[in-house]
Amino acid sequence: MSRPQRVAIVDYGMCNLDSVRRAFEEVGARPYVTDEPADLDAADRIVLPGVGAFPDAMQNLRARGLDEALAKQVLHEGAPFLGVCLGMQLMAAVGEEVAPTPGLEWVDARVVRFVATAADPRVPHVGWNEVSPVCESPLFDGIPAGADFYFVHSFHVACGSDTDVLATTPYCGGFTSAVQRGHAYGVQFHPEKSQRWGLQLLANFLAV
Amino acid sequence: MLKIRVIPTLLHKGFGLVKGVRFDSLRAVGSPMQAVKVYNLRNVDELVFLDVTATAEGRGPDLELIDELADECFMPFAVGGGIRSVGDVRALLGVGADKVVIGTAALQRPEIVREAADRFGSQCVVVSVDTRDAEVWAQSGSVATGRDPVEVACELEALGAGEILLQSVDDDGVMNGYDVATVARVSAAVSIPVIASGGAGTFEHMAGVLRDGHASAVAAASMFHFTEQTPMEAKQYLAEQGFPVRV
Repeated sequence: MSRPQRVAIVDYGMCNLDSVRRAFEEVGARPYVTDEPADLDAADRIVLPGVGAFPDAMQNLRARGLDEALAKQVLHEGAPFLGVCLGMQLMAAVGEEVAPTPGLEWVDARVVRFVATAADPRVPHVGWNEVSPVCESPLFDGIPAGADFYFVHSFHVACGSDTDVLATTPYCGGFTSAVQRGHAYGVQFHPEKSQRWGLQLLANFLAV
Repeated sequence: MLKIRVIPTLLHKGFGLVKGVRFDSLRAVGSPMQAVKVYNLRNVDELVFLDVTATAEGRGPDLELIDELADECFMPFAVGGGIRSVGDVRALLGVGADKVVIGTAALQRPEIVREAADRFGSQCVVVSVDTRDAEVWAQSGSVATGRDPVEVACELEALGAGEILLQSVDDDGVMNGYDVATVARVSAAVSIPVIASGGAGTFEHMAGVLRDGHASAVAAASMFHFTEQTPMEAKQYLAEQGFPVRV
């Protein structure tokens, strides 16, 4: 039997780490939570979770040198990466929450607030909604197209190019609910809180 | 399409779960860990856990307990009771709560809502608005505020609340149906989701408050504790009535 995957869960003071850690344990990985850039060296996989406001998050990442450590591990060393919720949004070039703020700039995208529509008048987008991959991806192996995942967010990623879009969800005219750039993935929903299909997606991430 | 949610509410007092009538006459209904495990297995949409005596007893949330429960919760977990500061919010999110439910503190010092939303995002800040006779009551329905639920809901939304847990104290535990009129008034006035709570006894009650009250979610406690009806059956009924549900 192969040894459990070491999954670094990046702690940048934005909480919500315990659920993600528990879910990775549940799918057989060996997760560890860290805020030390050097600790990312030993990771087989890196996860950037998070709830909170974009500017605070970027400031915290930069203050700890985690932005550079993430770029080194993910962009140069090739560690598979999963951004969850705010963690996905941070992959974008610019966040517009509170005040325009540069992100990690891995994906050509802006993070914008939902504009309510007559059909979908309520923001934040809270609850279970369909996720439909737009292309084949190992991240969604064995998960039916249109499976429901749990969302809770007011801002979403708007990609500049379709090539980064991995999945979409119908809300306020439709938005990008998953992105992929090489082995870096981001999901707007919470797989750690999406029961069966969520755990399946995390297991898939361990295999990419 | 965004699904409507059916949310079991767990009320906690001291060492166990309780359920009462009109926020009073609490009866023991079992251990919180057992309930969380059962609801996790049953694949429920979300869980709300309220420590109903924390504020009255002047204590904060029981972080050790929440930590243990959250570890078994692979679905969204909202936790309230005894939250007095942004520090309490941070601590709850840190042990695995996905959302916090702020009640009395949001009435006494509404700025706590803004502080929590600015720091952690509106999506994790649920405010509990408890009503009797179309008036907002504080401290687990024991102190009248003289304020209108719509006015309070709008103020808390403007401060950054992400969801409203609208609880009818008068209907709590009675299982005679939700306060549809108040839910409808608040839902029409705010653009954030409203969770209707208090009064559910049948699946028809849920359909009614979703259809006529325009609630985004329905919460229930007594109905799931004291009758044979389950959240999954509720959703099957609601699907037959044409509501979008996750099954």
